[in-house]
Amino acid sequence: MENSLLSIKNLHKEFDRNTILKGINLKLNKGEVIVIIGPSGCGKSTLLRCLNGLEDIQGGEIYLGGKLLQKNAKDISSMRQKIGMVFQSYDLFPHKTVLENILLAPVKVQKRKRAEVEAEAMELLERVGLADRKNDYPRQLSGGQKQRIAIVRALIMHPEVLLLDEITAALDPEMVHEVLQVVLDLAKSGSTMLIVTHEMAFAKAIADRVLFFEHGEIVEESHAPKAFFERPQTERARQFLKSFEY
Amino acid sequence: MNLDVMISYLPLYRDALFLTMRVGWKGVAIAVLIGLIGSAIIHFEIPIARYIVSAYTQLFRNTPLLVQLFFIYFALPKIGICVSPEVCGTWGLGLLGGAYMTETFRSGLDNIPKIQFESAESLGMSRSQMFRYVILPQAVASSIPGLVANVIFLLKETSVFSTISLMDLMFTAKDLIGMYAKTIECLVLLVIFYLIMLLPVSVLGDLLERRLRHAEFGD
Amino acid sequence: MQNLGIDVLFKGTNFVRLLSGLWVAVRISLISVIISIVLGLVVGALMTSKNRILKVIFRIYLEIVRIMPQMVLLFIVYFGTTRVFGWNLEAEVSAILVFSFWGIAEMGDLVRGALISIPKIQYESAMALGMDGKQIYYHVILPQTIRRLIPLSINLITRMIKTTSLVMMIGIVEVLKVAQQIIEANRRSSPNAAFGIFAVVFLLYFLICWPISKLSVYLEKRWS
Repeated sequence: MENSLLSIKNLHKEFDRNTILKGINLKLNKGEVIVIIGPSGCGKSTLLRCLNGLEDIQGGEIYLGGKLLQKNAKDISSMRQKIGMVFQSYDLFPHKTVLENILLAPVKVQKRKRAEVEAEAMELLERVGLADRKNDYPRQLSGGQKQRIAIVRALIMHPEVLLLDEITAALDPEMVHEVLQVVLDLAKSGSTMLIVTHEMAFAKAIADRVLFFEHGEIVEESHAPKAFFERPQTERARQFLKSFEY
Repeated sequence: MNLDVMISYLPLYRDALFLTMRVGWKGVAIAVLIGLIGSAIIHFEIPIARYIVSAYTQLFRNTPLLVQLFFIYFALPKIGICVSPEVCGTWGLGLLGGAYMTETFRSGLDNIPKIQFESAESLGMSRSQMFRYVILPQAVASSIPGLVANVIFLLKETSVFSTISLMDLMFTAKDLIGMYAKTIECLVLLVIFYLIMLLPVSVLGDLLERRLRHAEFGD
Repeated sequence: MQNLGIDVLFKGTNFVRLLSGLWVAVRISLISVIISIVLGLVVGALMTSKNRILKVIFRIYLEIVRIMPQMVLLFIVYFGTTRVFGWNLEAEVSAILVFSFWGIAEMGDLVRGALISIPKIQYESAMALGMDGKQIYYHVILPQTIRRLIPLSINLITRMIKTTSLVMMIGIVEVLKVAQQIIEANRRSSPNAAFGIFAVVFLLYFLICWPISKLSVYLEKRWS
């Protein structure tokens, strides 16, 4: 309980009278990587968006480091700074270069010194292998490169937890690897992450815990990802995983 | 065509050009300001204000500037609102242009993908930071072609100012023709001075558009 | 209301006179729009030509229309050309000439834009079927462009109607001129008539242009 960074209690979300999330309970501990899998439209992405205050919720509570997170509260901006998010579609700002994209929030929102942030940005760019593209505009980058920059842009805020929402879903297959490699590195260095993905091998390799989502609820939860992927306990998870075998 | 006559008219045309430009650009500035505010109100669906803004844009986009000016200049004094020709011209042009600019900027705003708003939010930006650093630069860039077209349209529209006895280029030409009947000379000068006023705007606008289209943010 | 001059509107045939003034404006616009559409289709097709000289000519033509106020063009045609060539041009004919000159350029440019946006494969498959240039334009390209052009040409009608208010400057008695005459005639009995009458003219223009531009927006949305 003490070391749970993010805790979700009985979260309900409705949209146009459809229930998207039916009372989700979840605790994410520091340094833990949770992977959420499940069929499209099961509410995985919505959950992540709720955690970042991008969606109204109809019931339940979200706590980050013991503090209640509310979409329209005054402190939402400072809460969001502690939660990094990378989206499925490319969300870089098209009118800014790679470096400007990365520096914008730490300099303007967190009011940190530009020189210091820039040094850190270069270090991170080096780490994702894109230091030489710092003056390019998003249009000049491939999808995989854009997503790696988006990860850097989230990391430079020093988030306590990173939310990754199907970040490889819009990529050509040959670019998926370079992005996933970056995420695997982050996991190794102890980042706390909540990941929604359709890449099963990746999920198996990176997860400390796997959640199987369907119809807006957690159907199966496993602390032993390898065992889960080989022998899921529920029939619904078995059916879902079967669809990935050919 | 009598060159000496034309040269003797030059100072009059020059003064008229300055007046036309002054009123024209002031009107454009007002229009841009109204457009920015109006488009934000409509885009963010501010209650009540959005209906006022859209009624305003419909009304001014669907009536001629000439009629708007006549209303401001001749009708409003009857209910106690009196303005000078120059103020009337400036605000008439500003209000007409504001309606067009609102439409242009609104479609610029609508063209920005939702994900841009969300990723700005997820970086912890406040509403004003998001607007300033992320939304406005993109909205302005995608509105440039419309903006240039509007500016040229508004500067052209200044020609109707003559009807409320503002001594602009058109008024000067009409006045001189009436006085001395040197029709051809006056009309040639009129064309030349409108070219001086509008050709640079047109050429610069073209350059700006081409730059944005082909070199759009580093392509 | 009496001192704001609404009563003047219903005195004698005043309102009917205003409406017939409005009809003059609408008539000039409709005739000009029809000419613009027909000739615009031809000019637009010519604009896609690769011929250097044609290109330069059209470029100059478009630029003139883009930056010369219609009022200046009206003066040039009505006062200027009659001076230079010594012919007699009626005011209404001058107005139609000027508005058509403007409308053809706008339509032409729209047609050109629509034409070049049609995928090359459409031309190629028509050619593969053995059609010649004229047949391709008439049977394949034109039908595809027209749909896209209808909302835009409707939009042009409202802009024409709004611009016709300028023709009072060359002595055509249209709605604004009638309004001025009515106000002048009632200066003594109703000194505030300017308010009521100009408000009505304002409203009349709005009532004509607003539905037309709504229609254009509606068609554009539906057909895009």
